[in-house]
Amino acid sequence: MSKNNERYGLLIDYDFCTGCHTCEAACKVEHKLAYGQWGIKLAQDGPRKLENGRYEFVYVPIPTSLCDLCEDLVKVGKFPTCVAHCQADVMTYGPVKELAKKMADKPKMVLFAPR
Amino acid sequence: MAYEISEYYKKHKGEAQWQDGEYTCTRTTMWSGPGCHNGCGVVYYTKNGKVEKIEGDPYNPFNLGKLCMRCINYVEAADSNDRLKWPLKRVGERGENKWERISWDEAYDIIVEKVNGIKKDYGPESIVCMEGTGRNVIWQVPYLCYAAFGSPNFTLGFLSGESCSMPRLVTEAVTEGEFTFGDYSAHFPDRYENPNWKLPEVILLWGQNAIISNPDSSLGHWIVECMKRGSKLIVVDPMLTWLAAKADIWLRVRPGTDAALAMAMNDVIIKEDLYDHAFVEKWCHGFDDFAERVATMPPERAAEICWIPKDTIVEAARLYGKAERGAGTWGVSVDMAQCGISAAQAINALWAICGNLDKPGGQSIIRYAFDQGLAYDYGIEILPPEVTAKRIGMDLPLKQFGFGATAHSDTLLKVIEAGGVPYPIKMFWFQSTNPIANMGAEAPRLYKAIKTADFNVVVDMFMTPTAVAFADLVLPCAMSSERWSQRNWWMPTASIRKVASYYEAKSDEQLILELGKRFSPELFPWKDDKEWIDWIISDQTSKMGMTFDELCDVVCQYEDFEYYKYEKGMLRPDGKPGFNTPTGKVELKLSLFEAWGLDPLPWYQEPPESPYSTPELHKKYPLVLTTGHRSWEFFHSEHRQLKLNREFHPDPMIKMNPETAAKFGVKEGDWVWVENYRGRFKQKVKYEMLHPGVVNAEHGWWFPEKEAAEPSLYGVFDSNCNNLTTMCQNGPTGYGAPYKNQLCTVYKVTEENSKIMPTEQVTRLGGFNYVQK
Repeated sequence: MSKNNERYGLLIDYDFCTGCHTCEAACKVEHKLAYGQWGIKLAQDGPRKLENGRYEFVYVPIPTSLCDLCEDLVKVGKFPTCVAHCQADVMTYGPVKELAKKMADKPKMVLFAPR
Repeated sequence: MAYEISEYYKKHKGEAQWQDGEYTCTRTTMWSGPGCHNGCGVVYYTKNGKVEKIEGDPYNPFNLGKLCMRCINYVEAADSNDRLKWPLKRVGERGENKWERISWDEAYDIIVEKVNGIKKDYGPESIVCMEGTGRNVIWQVPYLCYAAFGSPNFTLGFLSGESCSMPRLVTEAVTEGEFTFGDYSAHFPDRYENPNWKLPEVILLWGQNAIISNPDSSLGHWIVECMKRGSKLIVVDPMLTWLAAKADIWLRVRPGTDAALAMAMNDVIIKEDLYDHAFVEKWCHGFDDFAERVATMPPERAAEICWIPKDTIVEAARLYGKAERGAGTWGVSVDMAQCGISAAQAINALWAICGNLDKPGGQSIIRYAFDQGLAYDYGIEILPPEVTAKRIGMDLPLKQFGFGATAHSDTLLKVIEAGGVPYPIKMFWFQSTNPIANMGAEAPRLYKAIKTADFNVVVDMFMTPTAVAFADLVLPCAMSSERWSQRNWWMPTASIRKVASYYEAKSDEQLILELGKRFSPELFPWKDDKEWIDWIISDQTSKMGMTFDELCDVVCQYEDFEYYKYEKGMLRPDGKPGFNTPTGKVELKLSLFEAWGLDPLPWYQEPPESPYSTPELHKKYPLVLTTGHRSWEFFHSEHRQLKLNREFHPDPMIKMNPETAAKFGVKEGDWVWVENYRGRFKQKVKYEMLHPGVVNAEHGWWFPEKEAAEPSLYGVFDSNCNNLTTMCQNGPTGYGAPYKNQLCTVYKVTEENSKIMPTEQVTRLGGFNYVQK
């Protein structure tokens, strides 16, 4: 939480997350995480065929208990590294209250408040 | 989520360098090595001559602040203790991995002596220079080859049929006289906000998993951005990739049959009258003959050939044909078939007859920014014509007429195997290429051929299987942050700024310059690499009106881009409207091919080994093998020594349908041997949605963690899909090769059947049977 006690989070548009692993890698590099440790981790559903003939193939990155929303980067006015480098540009950092409002505009969004 | 800029970077807008506490921050461009085909904007954080951190540059219009895993993990690569630190001279036998440290001067002395000896005894053409794909040595190595060594034999690392990009580029050159590029707004520094740009209504993505792959100066995630804004998507891919799953239509093509599919889509568009009449009448040549030819490939016929339902082909043709704006991106799969040129021709025709050429949101006609155009031919004019005429493969039709700027790899192999007819090959110069691990088809055969040369030099960042097996000298080259360089590949022209150094590693430019001075000082007049680059920017790119230092200050520079150049007289040297072709039009029937005695219209031919062309072989090897599928973690054979990248991707994987796996008695996670009559390799099974008759193996695998000396040789042949591919099976132009359409079978790896590993087989036991022949 920030100084003014406002909770911050990550809004993720999982409609367009391509599963590129950049968030995971950026997080590991930024936090110098050991082999096997993750601050954010991709979950995958699919690919599988649906009854309507379309395919389900979805990735969602999930912040873990090691996520500190890149406190040190945020302090100097940067975005968390996963947000900054997300290749599909599907991650937004901000106050949970504002992000929740953005969720109303589009389906397939998920909001994480890791801490 | 519209590419927001953080407060920190807003504060540093317009600054090329600034101080942040103990760090110096530098905005510049990252290219290779280690590399890819792209040039993303980065910010290096350096301290004491070392890069300590890297971030994406949010003000760079190319990548808009985004980086992929390979750049994110750049520091591990640059800082790696495994890098080559100084020149090494072989002291044991080739393959023993025994070296002695020498100085650069000693290395240059040895090279000068050897090169001059070979030139005197055999002629300069006995020296072959090779480089890897898409790396930042595109114009540097050719210049060394021509200007220093005096040899016309520059080529890529035994790339069969030059089948990476070259077939597509050559086809575009003869069809519309220019290159094209799917329009995802990349020509403009203000990108998606540019008022002249329009969103493609449909994107036709052909033979490329663009988001993972390294499209030639195009980022796959631009397509994702267009999808967010509403572009529809058609994907041609044998495997259900994420993009294919998101596509409106997925065309699950049988590998190697792209030409048939493209011909059929043209046929539907013409028969259903979905083409752009006005454009075809005014700007296309040979439409009637073209229509007649593609009519020989109606969708029902293509359906059988391509293993795609007829209705899906028709539906895809309609979606593309009816769209007001269609953009296209095509991948190396198009090239990697014997009829690769033909596939490219038919796909190119689709863009043209639907009126998409040079239309906003269509297929832009693009040149190298500011007409710089330094590429494989840089310096070729220095050679006397009689020397250029000796270039290997010059008898091939397109090369004869100046289309194609490299010696022909397959013919080179034949020359070596014939014992040096018409002349012997005595020396290889490998700069950032690792042909037995990647790129070269039929790797065990190449192993034998390269060993015959008297003197080999490898320039790279790490010790590689190619260096251990063949090199007499190994020279360390700098990584991207350690060199003054530039990038000009379509748009923009970008600067690459030196901010760090590593032991005695030199930039590719610097070492070529120093060596070149010893051969022909008049052709290497520049003081150092930076002065050479400044000459290229100031003199060879004079249209830009900048010095290199000025370019470094702005990082990169865009040229004004105009649509509909053919209407404005911007494409032809005579300034008249039209295209720069013999007829002045887009040639659906290629008049140059006609003049050269080649079929001027697209055609389809089965791969040389396929369920239909070799049914007996197919009984024994019942699976179609496609190779070369890209990974997030690696660029071809690079990045295998990096812990982080390997954590994501520890093992080579062969992708197959669960149904196929069950049929062959294997399951996900099992190691399997993949075999045909040329050899075998092992990879681990991963389930993917592919046709049950198709499997997809990874390429580029070697294991830096394994013993370097032969017979281990980093296990380079153990998991090498190129044990199963072939050289010397090209199309009639010499272009195209069946890398992605072989036959194979799979069986589970057991202790019993793994007593002799492929690398030992190749390095110690004379190769697989086929190679021994």
